[in-house]
Amino acid sequence: MPGEIVGLTGPNGVGKSTVLAALAGRAKVFSGCIQQQPGLRPALQTQDVPPVDGLPLSGRELLALTGAMADGLPSWLTDRIDLRLDRLSGGQRHYLALWAILQAPADLVLLDEPTNNLDAAGVTHLTAHLRERAAAGAGMIVVSHDAAFVEAVCDRVLVMGACDVE
Amino acid sequence: MWSELFLIPFLTGLCLASVLPLLGCYLRLRYEWLAALAYSHVAAAGALLALVVAMPPALGGVAAAGLAGAGKRFFAVRLAGGASYALLLLGGWAVAVLLAANHPMAERLGHALFDGQLYFSGSGQLWLVAIGGIVALVILRALSKQLLLAHVYPDFFRIRGTRTWPTQTGFDLLVALSLAVATMSMGVMGAFSLVFVPPWLAFRRARNWRAGLFLAALIGVLGYIAAFTLALAFDQPFGPVLALLLIALGLLIA
Repeated sequence: MPGEIVGLTGPNGVGKSTVLAALAGRAKVFSGCIQQQPGLRPALQTQDVPPVDGLPLSGRELLALTGAMADGLPSWLTDRIDLRLDRLSGGQRHYLALWAILQAPADLVLLDEPTNNLDAAGVTHLTAHLRERAAAGAGMIVVSHDAAFVEAVCDRVLVMGACDVE
Repeated sequence: MWSELFLIPFLTGLCLASVLPLLGCYLRLRYEWLAALAYSHVAAAGALLALVVAMPPALGGVAAAGLAGAGKRFFAVRLAGGASYALLLLGGWAVAVLLAANHPMAERLGHALFDGQLYFSGSGQLWLVAIGGIVALVILRALSKQLLLAHVYPDFFRIRGTRTWPTQTGFDLLVALSLAVATMSMGVMGAFSLVFVPPWLAFRRARNWRAGLFLAALIGVLGYIAAFTLALAFDQPFGPVLALLLIALGLLIA
């Protein structure tokens, strides 16, 4: 639903990321079907780190690629946005890469373990921003093993088990 | 130096020195810098083959490289793992050596192509390079965002339903044709030097992508002007002079 944040949790290896990949059309669906609303603009953040080592690409240029705005970035990133991504710390780079997807013009945002590599300040800022993004109308599906984060940010939580979904 | 005899070759090379480093930046982005060497060798082989069958060498070079660039994707699965450019390089090199060994005219042209002599360019070649260079820059500008996005966020690229093959094949073709024209004009060594060294330095030193493109083009143009002057002053083949100059520059500022 537009504006709703759905959490997808469960133990490691149960297939949370695979479900997200199937929704994104990246994984083979063996049974059932996924119907996508015509004209839907999805955006997907995966656990893969963008390959920017040795690449002269600044944070601002990264955001421009997906059409994301820099407005609303945390203060610890705003003064580093014009630096090369490979000059940033792992956490700063991860947050910018995440922000580029989160702020991209999209109706449905799929996030896979967005709190990885983030410190407490990053998780707090992300939680607040996801709520703002949802309030602006974007639907979201969040895969995370971080129970506190899921509890704080999601409207509804689906828990995946070995053979079922609760 | 500025007499008409050298002005046309100088301007031909100058156009190439402005465009090749920019193409090299996108090749380096895609880890495909070996493509420059591969297409240059295929173009050289095509030119020699055309000469042997009494066709214009430039046409043969451009056609061979164009076919290789456009046809590469049809063998993508079989050539997975980065083998395509190495095989193209080896194939082009082998064909060129065989033709040169069996045909005196092909041997002479082969020397010019592999040694890198710039001074035989005529006004027709200058027009081709100038117009082709402008077209290449326009296409590269149109493809730039997609090429960057496909590299940094391949999933975002796919999930939006954007087809990858027009961008990839378009870029492959652009590189193949540009390298073919460059090889016909300044030889394999000069073309590869301009595609590889300036982007390598720019990637190490530039503060962002736009600055990287500017720096690569600047290094390419300045290196080219210096190499042209030195090669002419000391009556040396242009390709090796440019290569050594760019290597020295690279070791100095990398």
